[in-house]
Amino acid sequence: MRTHTQRARYLAAGASAVLATALIAACGSSGSKTSSSSPILIGTSLSLTGDFSADGQAFKQGYEIWAHDINAHGGLLGRQVKLVILNDNSSPTQVDTNYTDLITVKHVDLTFGPFSSLLTAPSAEVAHRYGYAFVEGAGGSPLVFSEKLPNVFDVALPVVKNFDPLVNWLKSLPAGQRPTTAAYPIANDTFAILQVQRAQGLLQQAGISTTYSKIFPEEVPDFLPNADLVAAKKPDVVILGSTALPTAVSFIKDFEQQHYSPKVMIAASGPDNAQAFPPAVGGVAVANGVMWPNAWYPGYPNATSQAMVQEYVAKYHPQQGASGVPADVAEAYSVGQVTAQAVTATHSLKGSKIIAYLHSNVTLASVEGAVQFDSLGENVKAIAFIFQWQNGKQVVVLPVGAPGAVPIMYPKPNW
Amino acid sequence: MGTQIAHAIADGILGGGVYALMAAGLTLIFGVLDIINVAQGILVVLGGYLSYVLSVHLHIDLLVGLLITVPAMFVIGVVIYWLFIRPLRGAERTSMTLLACFAVALIVEGILYREFGSQYVSLSASYTNSTVHVFGFYLSEIYLIGFGLAVVAIAALYLVLYRTTFGRAVRATMQNQAAARLIGIDVNRVAAITFGIATAVTALGGMVFGATSGGFNPNSGYDLISRLLAIIILAGMGSIGGALVTAIFMTTAEALVDIWQPNWSVAVFYLALVIVLTFRPQGLFGRRAVRAQ
Repeated sequence: MRTHTQRARYLAAGASAVLATALIAACGSSGSKTSSSSPILIGTSLSLTGDFSADGQAFKQGYEIWAHDINAHGGLLGRQVKLVILNDNSSPTQVDTNYTDLITVKHVDLTFGPFSSLLTAPSAEVAHRYGYAFVEGAGGSPLVFSEKLPNVFDVALPVVKNFDPLVNWLKSLPAGQRPTTAAYPIANDTFAILQVQRAQGLLQQAGISTTYSKIFPEEVPDFLPNADLVAAKKPDVVILGSTALPTAVSFIKDFEQQHYSPKVMIAASGPDNAQAFPPAVGGVAVANGVMWPNAWYPGYPNATSQAMVQEYVAKYHPQQGASGVPADVAEAYSVGQVTAQAVTATHSLKGSKIIAYLHSNVTLASVEGAVQFDSLGENVKAIAFIFQWQNGKQVVVLPVGAPGAVPIMYPKPNW
Repeated sequence: MGTQIAHAIADGILGGGVYALMAAGLTLIFGVLDIINVAQGILVVLGGYLSYVLSVHLHIDLLVGLLITVPAMFVIGVVIYWLFIRPLRGAERTSMTLLACFAVALIVEGILYREFGSQYVSLSASYTNSTVHVFGFYLSEIYLIGFGLAVVAIAALYLVLYRTTFGRAVRATMQNQAAARLIGIDVNRVAAITFGIATAVTALGGMVFGATSGGFNPNSGYDLISRLLAIIILAGMGSIGGALVTAIFMTTAEALVDIWQPNWSVAVFYLALVIVLTFRPQGLFGRRAVRAQ
């Protein structure tokens, strides 16, 4: 039989455990710090080094411009905001650690998403565990939404539909002008695979036959053999599932060297890099006619977007001026805008209130246009655009009739 | 199909030259100093950036620029050895040098990030986009140049190692450092110069890497180092000529696999490594045999 002393010890231990659990939960739950004078801490993990560092650095700039702007306008709920940014070195394991650190050690009030679907998926789970809303701008692949986490909200375009405007346009061409063959070299990454395979399925249904469709590893430094295999088939259309600039450049340079010039050359990522793409492929003449999909461009006719572009140019002085503003900046800025609107509307930093608000079919404003989330957190209002290099400039060409759209250059001029 | 296979073999041979150029310094350093220089990847990238600076800012042709980058990288190699490797002594020297080289890699990467940022850069010249039409194939000039440089660099290293007094001192150091000291060889000087030569050769690899890849940034070294290590391990660590043969073998195997299933090409690369090491742990051109030459 237990003595009173033993029972007291057990009770004390049990009470301590309950208290400790409650304290940990309290420390970890979103919006726990409510001091009216201290800044609102917003934590994010970004790929400042590693494979995604170019995008990660641009995201950092976007978040910083947003923070500067909101602080200049009185802050959020009357408090200044302060970004707490950790570097994840483009690593899915490090990003997990970083968000845990941001929430449980640094006690941030809100979290913003990292760069890429690969890193968003694990970090969204961490945020979910602690009850934080997770608004993000670069996790648009189904990998992120497959877990059906209620706290994930992607302000950007769901990537799987990236090529839809091009597919619809190709299908609309008269039979005599419509290409008959297409190739689909795809990097081994969910971002690339799902959007390219969707385009392939739709084009096959439209009668455009597939001459090449293979997934290749992206960790090799050059893609000469893969590009040669595509060039040998001489397809009319190449839809390249690239995730970074070097992949797109390697394929295009090799196509040029093999004296093969497709009628349509579009890459999921790479040609959008205004600063690096033209010199990397050998000049603006080679870049001419190359396309890529995206949801935003520096000339996007939106007053807030234009103000953000001017601010970016004044602060970071890109070589190409306004056209050198990366889309990452707008995606990051939009994350801040959407979060700020949710916090303002709910007058709260609590994750549960923000999540409920963002799931209420409300339409929000961002530099990328209107934002409204479905039950998975995908932005149903986002519009896909297709862009093209034309005589040294990046222009929007599809959908036909989009604001600022110019006629598409088709077929693409020879290299 | 026959044309595809022939083209894949041509691609593999030319690509192998580029890898050999990047791996030659790595295998030389191991052969002489017993150091696995894990900083080799970032040194390749550093060589690429030096060529980039000369090309973009001073408008010096990439090949002419090698007259500057090769000596510059030699000096950098000697400095790295003197500052980070030479002070390490004792039984734990091998593992300590591994850490020291990792530290070098992080420092160089940090400096490159600070100076150039994370934006991709690339190297361009008239010959980086042009081709030569041979046997019905368009072969890239820059790859042909890279292959030529690899053959010349490896031949030059052989001449230095086997036809010069310094080469004899290097080989004596490779065989037995204590005995080399007893016959009056300044082992530290030999080691520093060897590290410098290996780093200088990497300048060639950096230029060709920068011109053949679609772009590079300070992070690009990480993708390189695992493949370079695989090549020199398969070749037999310390075998310079073996690195060229093995690099060609590996890249050709990859290119052939690409025809059927590109996603398996990298796996085949490392599978070949495992199979060879199972039956021949010293690699295809084992170091013992090389040192006995």
